[in-house]
Amino acid sequence: MEINIQRKVLEANETQADRNRKYFSERKVFVLNMMSSPGSGKTETLSITIKRLMPHIRVGIIVGDICTRNDADRLGATGAPVVQINTDQFGGDCHLAAHLIDRAAREMDLDSLDLLIVENIGNLVCPAEFDIGENAKAVVLSVTEGEDKPLKYPLMFQVADVALLNKIDLLPYLDVDLNLAVDNIQKVHPKIPVFKISAKTQEGFEGWIGWLKGCVNG
Amino acid sequence: MHEMGIAQQMVNIALESIPRDIVNPRVENLNLRIGKLAAVVEDSLKFCFEIITKGTPLDGATLLIESVPVKVRCRACFHGWEVEGPVFTCPACKDGAVDILSGRELEISSIELADD
Ligand SMILES: Nc1nc2c(ncn2[C@@H]2O[C@H](COP(=O)(O)OP(=O)(O)O)[C@@H](O)[C@H]2O)c(=O)[nH]1
Ligand SMILES: [Mg+2]
Ligand SMILES: [Zn+2]
Repeated sequence: MEINIQRKVLEANETQADRNRKYFSERKVFVLNMMSSPGSGKTETLSITIKRLMPHIRVGIIVGDICTRNDADRLGATGAPVVQINTDQFGGDCHLAAHLIDRAAREMDLDSLDLLIVENIGNLVCPAEFDIGENAKAVVLSVTEGEDKPLKYPLMFQVADVALLNKIDLLPYLDVDLNLAVDNIQKVHPKIPVFKISAKTQEGFEGWIGWLKGCVNG
Repeated sequence: MHEMGIAQQMVNIALESIPRDIVNPRVENLNLRIGKLAAVVEDSLKFCFEIITKGTPLDGATLLIESVPVKVRCRACFHGWEVEGPVFTCPACKDGAVDILSGRELEISSIELADD
């Protein structure tokens, strides 16, 4: 006997994500989900981003890691409110799921924020699959990872709304072709805005900060 | 890497869908639709499924996976095509952003119960 089902396997996560999105929009907070492989520079980029946006735009951070509070401590130094999620209590998940974001967001005073940035777990695969109720997704790729990564992880670059190509200060020491890296990102996702930045020297941040301000004020 | 979580959700939905009035139900097949762009490794999903269904009505069930092609449409010229591989550049105008029409599915279409 065949029983017809026709249901999405991740429907529970999608329902929670939609609830989160509603909760955020009622409080007029724009939510950005920031993803990359481990070490691409999410935390460093975020620290600079927060410094450039505050106090004019009030930013809060949720940061996910399998273990440790290191990133929360680094980001907390900017003065922005930070909530850390450690997924090892929830089975060491390789991504943040919508219910974890719900729990973390309820620890924050969203009425006093304009922008909530979620630093996802370092991983170019799994976080791409899980909607957390964000309004936009950003992917960070560092030039040290090689130009071919967008082609190897197409889902991540396809779902992203904006891409940051980080660590351009290291280009003189590498054989990497920056234009090819941009081309590959835009082959996977035609028309996606790509900003070339260095979180170390702060080069290239104007375009990115402008894009983000446009989201928050738009 | 998240196949265990996906398998768990799948199993919950499948178990919920078995009619209550069947005694000792046994599921033979689970029909799934998985988009080619979905971040799921089939072997890993099957492995996780086997482990967590021991001793349940899904024990020994086969996962029959229909692989859904990636279909997209260009926002600039409305050309539609099937994408094979990671390149989404519009072959007609070489210039448009694209909308994904299919290829991200992760769905259970049905279960098949043994008739004994
Ligand atoms: N040279 C250089 N190093 C960077 C840059 N951004 C981050 N890093 C370094 O790369 C390492 C990983 O950065 P982190 O922000 O922790 O990456 P995350 O894992 O993505 O959060 C740290 O040692 C950073 O100091 C950059 O633009 N240039
Ligand atoms: Mg970090
Ligand atoms: Zn076109």
